[in-house]
Amino acid sequence: MPRGRPGDKLRRFAAIWARAIYPLTATSMSRAEFEDYLLPLTRVLGDTLKARPFDPRPASEVGTALVAAHCTDPEALPSILGVIDAYLVLYCPPGPGLDNDECRVRCSRLQHAVAVGFSRALRERTLREQESIIRAALEAQNDAEGALAASEARFRAVFEGAAVGIGIADLDGQVLEVNEAMTRMFGSESLAMRRNVTEWVKSADTNCARGLNGELVRGERDRYDVERAYQRVDGSMLWANVRASLLRDAAGRPQYQLALIEDVTERRGLLRRLRHQATHDALTGLPNRALFFERLDAALADDTPTRRIGVCYLDLDGFKAVNDSLGHAVGDQLLVAVAERLQTCVTSPDQLVARIGGDEFVALHTDPKAPADVTALAERILDALSAPFPLVGRELTVHGSIGIVHGPVESRIAADVLRSADITMYRAKEQGGNRYEVADPVADARAITRHGLTNQLPSALEHDEFFIEYQPLVGLDDGTVHGAEALVRWCHPTHGILGPDQFIPLAESTGHIVGLGRWVLERAARQAYVWQTEHLGSGPPPRVNVNLSPIQLQHPELVHEVARVLEDTGLSPASLCLEVTESALIGADEDTLKPLRQIADLGVSIALDDFGTGYSNLSSLRWLPVSVLKLDRSFTHGMRGHAADPVDLKIVGGIVSLAHALGLTVTVEGVETRTQADHLRALGCDTGQGWYYARPGPPDRLHTLRLADAG
Amino acid sequence: MTDRPSWAPQGIDLTVPSVSRIYDYFLGGSHNFEVDREAARLVIRAMPGVTKISQANRAVMHRAVRFAMDRGIDQFLDIGSGIPTFGNVHEVVHRTNPGAHVVYVDNDPVAVAHSRAVLNEAGNTDKAAIAAADLRDPRTVLDNPEVKRLLDFDRPVALLLVAVLHLLSDADKPREVVAALRDVLAPGSVLVVTHATLQFGPTPSAQRGVQEVYQRTTTPLIMRTKEEVELFFDGFELVEPGVVPLPHWRPEVPLSDDDDPAVLHGLAGVGLKA
Repeated sequence: MPRGRPGDKLRRFAAIWARAIYPLTATSMSRAEFEDYLLPLTRVLGDTLKARPFDPRPASEVGTALVAAHCTDPEALPSILGVIDAYLVLYCPPGPGLDNDECRVRCSRLQHAVAVGFSRALRERTLREQESIIRAALEAQNDAEGALAASEARFRAVFEGAAVGIGIADLDGQVLEVNEAMTRMFGSESLAMRRNVTEWVKSADTNCARGLNGELVRGERDRYDVERAYQRVDGSMLWANVRASLLRDAAGRPQYQLALIEDVTERRGLLRRLRHQATHDALTGLPNRALFFERLDAALADDTPTRRIGVCYLDLDGFKAVNDSLGHAVGDQLLVAVAERLQTCVTSPDQLVARIGGDEFVALHTDPKAPADVTALAERILDALSAPFPLVGRELTVHGSIGIVHGPVESRIAADVLRSADITMYRAKEQGGNRYEVADPVADARAITRHGLTNQLPSALEHDEFFIEYQPLVGLDDGTVHGAEALVRWCHPTHGILGPDQFIPLAESTGHIVGLGRWVLERAARQAYVWQTEHLGSGPPPRVNVNLSPIQLQHPELVHEVARVLEDTGLSPASLCLEVTESALIGADEDTLKPLRQIADLGVSIALDDFGTGYSNLSSLRWLPVSVLKLDRSFTHGMRGHAADPVDLKIVGGIVSLAHALGLTVTVEGVETRTQADHLRALGCDTGQGWYYARPGPPDRLHTLRLADAG
Repeated sequence: MTDRPSWAPQGIDLTVPSVSRIYDYFLGGSHNFEVDREAARLVIRAMPGVTKISQANRAVMHRAVRFAMDRGIDQFLDIGSGIPTFGNVHEVVHRTNPGAHVVYVDNDPVAVAHSRAVLNEAGNTDKAAIAAADLRDPRTVLDNPEVKRLLDFDRPVALLLVAVLHLLSDADKPREVVAALRDVLAPGSVLVVTHATLQFGPTPSAQRGVQEVYQRTTTPLIMRTKEEVELFFDGFELVEPGVVPLPHWRPEVPLSDDDDPAVLHGLAGVGLKA
């Protein structure tokens, strides 16, 4: 039996016990701590062993305490009980009065109690831990579900609030759910729901979309995009960009189809409007130049050998007069009315009428069956214009000149086709208008496009391509040369020498006439000064007549220019005569006449040109600042032969006496025969001009003429 | 399969064994389900004595925590804390310093929920807390509100990576993960690492059996050598005796032959940040 104090014995027991149990525990205590932990338990065992009366139950706390110290390994129990069995009685003797057998019995019952406490605690603990882990698992699951619900709510909000339409369908295409945007787009939920996805994605290219959808449903592709139109519930069209995507399950198998639908109706509408604006004339609503060229290019691009095209180039005759006299507003109304009539001339979809310029229209006939189809189109156009246009309380009459180009497409380019039609149109205009002409390659080659000339005018002036010819003015009484009219010519590098008829109207319409007129005035004045210095005989030196365009008349610098030219050249004002056409002065008010009066005040004479071709208001001669009348050649036509037209003679005689009464001299143009000259001399005309005397020529010819004359 | 957005929650699947509940079983706990126990029994069969490794691991962690406290550290960040059964860091720490702060981190929602319940029951949430975050993304750890609430990274922190780095495969870049955490630690901070190895211990060929089990969990188990584990201490100064088998790290009682040699399958090391 071990010796020592009871406390030491208890500690010895605890040490043995700890050594046996510790390796089997999961405690985080160190071995020493564990031994300390076992000491009070040892005391409980010792006290219970010797208690009277004997009650083993307190020993169950020991089993409970050991479980609390994580001696939970079932292997630990035999060690726990084994040490009690072997050493408890030895180290904790119950004292006298208990025999050995009684001690063994008590120790056994004590072990039973420990085992009961151990088992009960282990069971409690296991249940508690199971409960706590289950509770933790449930809580974690709740948290996850809560987060999932929140996540779902977010997705639901995205689904419901999205601006794009969203629809989900099963693999058969049965629509399961659509969002509000989708319902709104279709105008009805049931309409959106009723549709099958295959219908959603069906497009003009049905087979293609169906193929794509098949690939999607089979999982061969994850998405595709199509643009297509749907009918809304109200019958209107919905244009949509559709993106169909495949939703797969966790294992990657196709599960649902998702369609995202973006409403592009407005965008398409806007694009179409923009396209329309870009390709149509704002005033008349007709296709514009851009669209015409687009169609023409397209027609020309098709180089099928048998393919033909026809183009009618229409320019309105007399439109400018309407615009000038009645104003642009009326001009615009007229263009609108013309456009409306032109539209009616289009009889088949392969015909197109476009407005390509101010009063220029063009009709395109793509692939006409025969040339007659194109001329028929031109005839319809002329016919449509034949009736007057009732506008602003008047009946306005406009006709058109049409240039037609038709033939095989071949290798033509659009610009050439249009140029050819333009040139041809001019031929029609030259023929008097209100007619059509058909393009002729030979004529085209010679023809001069006014377009080209207009563009070349400024550089022609720079390059000194203009020159002046002088046509003598001859005194009818003595045949002396009084002077000459300056006539401008254009020595064009490719077209040769052009007369004023061919470019003066262009210069007037573009404003280039101001620069050109100034150049002519300077040149002519300088030439006259030369004549002036060479002038030897008695009488006034030869004077020079220079034409003034109506445009120049309105130019604010005119008076200043004339004065400067006289100053610069040193020419005597009396040697300069400016010719103004009668038409330019019709209806002229005092403001228009003022510069002419100022020029006349300088000592320059003013001639009224082409007198007798216009209104010929004789009373206006009284107050116009003119000193010379130039009778139009039409008056002299009837005097070419000996048997002169007595009416012409009377008219001319009347004009001459009236002019002389007003202090004006009279010059007659177009004198071609001696007979004419004789008649005019007899009628009292002062000066003659015409081929009978001389054609226009270089300035030195005047000199020789003069010498010959003097001789 | 589609990637969920990061703010969408992960589901809970109790049919998959959990590393933390398997570990609880090794420690004699009942915080586990049959699926976990089944897995745990397979591991025990492949590597008998694995339960002893768990205990030895727990013991060495306590020694290391006391080492940190001796250096005056009163902040603890225990990443991969698992199911709190007993002898947790905060119990050990608060026994000595009731004012110290402890934050547990785990990515297992059940472990997090259980930890929360245990901490709430203890009623000291102003001193100890659980953060749901994933070590593989250190930012989620450092940005977690509980971590920010209880830890002051301007002062030394004891970072416990106990039995967790072997759950990170090389693809998870564990060295970079540790370095990212190291970079926010103040000088004087302590890094505690324990890690599974086959370099020592009686069953060097256990890898496959153990591996197979852990394949069934959401994390693999990667055995590393002492030299590989030492690499985690880049930027730290390893304290004596360096990276060694679990029972060899500063034992409090002399080693005895009674100890199960299986515990040699665990490595432990402690480093100090300069």
